[in-house]
Amino acid sequence: MALRFPIFMDAQSTTPCDPRVVEAMLPYFTEKFGHPASRNHPFGWEAEGAVDAARQKLARLLGVRDPKEIVFTSGGTEAINLALKGAAEMYREKGNHIVTTAIEQRAGLDTCKRLERQGFEVTYVPVRPSGLVDVEEVGRAITDRTILVSVMFANNEIGTLQDVAAIGKLAKARGVLFHTDATQAVGKVPVDVEAMGIDLLSCTAHLMYGPKGVGALYVRRRNPRVRLQAMLDGGGHERGMRSGTLPVPLVVGFGRAAEICAEVMPEEGARLARLRDRLQDMILSSVDEAFLNGDPERRLPHNLNISFAYVEGESVLMGLNKETALASGSACTSATLEPSYVIAALGASTELAHSSIRFSLHRFNTEEEVEFAGKRTIEVIGRLRDMSPLYELAKEGVDLKSIRWKAE
Amino acid sequence: MAYSEKVVDHYNNPRNVGSFAKETPGVGTGLVGAPECGDVMKLQIRVNLDTGVIEDAKFKTFGCGSAIASSSLATEWLKGKTVDEAAKIKNTDIVNELRLPPVKIHCSVLAEDAIRAALADYRDRYADQLDGAGAPAASA
Repeated sequence: MALRFPIFMDAQSTTPCDPRVVEAMLPYFTEKFGHPASRNHPFGWEAEGAVDAARQKLARLLGVRDPKEIVFTSGGTEAINLALKGAAEMYREKGNHIVTTAIEQRAGLDTCKRLERQGFEVTYVPVRPSGLVDVEEVGRAITDRTILVSVMFANNEIGTLQDVAAIGKLAKARGVLFHTDATQAVGKVPVDVEAMGIDLLSCTAHLMYGPKGVGALYVRRRNPRVRLQAMLDGGGHERGMRSGTLPVPLVVGFGRAAEICAEVMPEEGARLARLRDRLQDMILSSVDEAFLNGDPERRLPHNLNISFAYVEGESVLMGLNKETALASGSACTSATLEPSYVIAALGASTELAHSSIRFSLHRFNTEEEVEFAGKRTIEVIGRLRDMSPLYELAKEGVDLKSIRWKAE
Repeated sequence: MAYSEKVVDHYNNPRNVGSFAKETPGVGTGLVGAPECGDVMKLQIRVNLDTGVIEDAKFKTFGCGSAIASSSLATEWLKGKTVDEAAKIKNTDIVNELRLPPVKIHCSVLAEDAIRAALADYRDRYADQLDGAGAPAASA
């Protein structure tokens, strides 16, 4: 099959909608346009029924027993904000301490920063060089003032999968709530809020072949019953936790996306892991001083993150972007020219944090695309190294650390 | 971020990539930036010791496309200039020529630093010769 350009390999920034998802959504823009809170006519009942069906599909994917525990939001960012701020405000008398990690996505870190300005205390637990959080260290960070532990399920840059079940167990034993940002994991790897002891879970549709503009927060209703202070005042929709008319077409699409993911996950995960491994082998076997970031085993099947020493990430993307769309650092930070704080948190040198490239595969990538992207990446790295003064110095045997660099 | 056509052209067809052999006469080398800042430029000039004219220039850059383009452009501009003329190249000239957006202005600053460092190195190395009659670059 002929390749079509540009090839999309940035599926941890967003995914295309599955055509089956779009098909499910379409009637809800036009003929089935009712308000799900309209209780007194068929238009409302139809919309409510569609929302309930979607809620059930998402509940099934997450191992949620009672679909009412799903609160729809505008996306992952809102879900994370609601979980952290909502719990912090609600349980303020109980304590003012939150435990999280240094590699959460910006929505998590920036929400914590805001809470700190409001008088909360936050412990940012570091990660090991593999990106894994030491569960014992999380345990040591919990005090009698701790109300919430928030640890991401899978990292957006390096794909590292945390030991969520162990953290859930720990949180339960210590009597604190456990939130996980599962935006990158849901629909890709098995998630089970019961088996994993999760009290709050954030996810988003657009990273699992659903539409942009809708996400969800799972809020446990029993054992324990989690209460949140709502962020928005209004009609009291979504059990009073998130007022606002539900975007029915998006919710329906989210449900359909969840249903498809549940169905194809084992086969799709295995296929993407195989393609990812092929890409990884191609690159690491022919490029010297290329370093895999993250845990080689415990990671998302579609994620590959490599630092190429002596070349800068953005220049690599520039060499590839006409044909292959990739990311350097995370999409959130690529506008600020800062090196990746995630790679830096692994203990890598800042230079290697400037040199990280993320390949993230999706449902519609083919083997031919992977072969092409691998081949082109190798070429571009070679070309940029021929142009790199650092590579030249290193090849001459100069220790780059021995040079007194004049930082700007 | 979309790049200007000129940045893309320099990135795809960088001018004067390379290094002079260590003992080439008349060479001045500037190495500026820092790996942890995400950009390092090495810029070299080869000056005709009789005329003070820069006859050749080469660069190698670790950095984004705009940093590569800035240093590539600098080598183009340096060739044929006297060392005194070369000292007048300003980062704003590079910004204007490449249409660099505000977030990339530091790339042009680094290129200017690289030019100055190469000129200073050249003057240090050849100070003795330059003190002679009519040597154009002895003003330092």
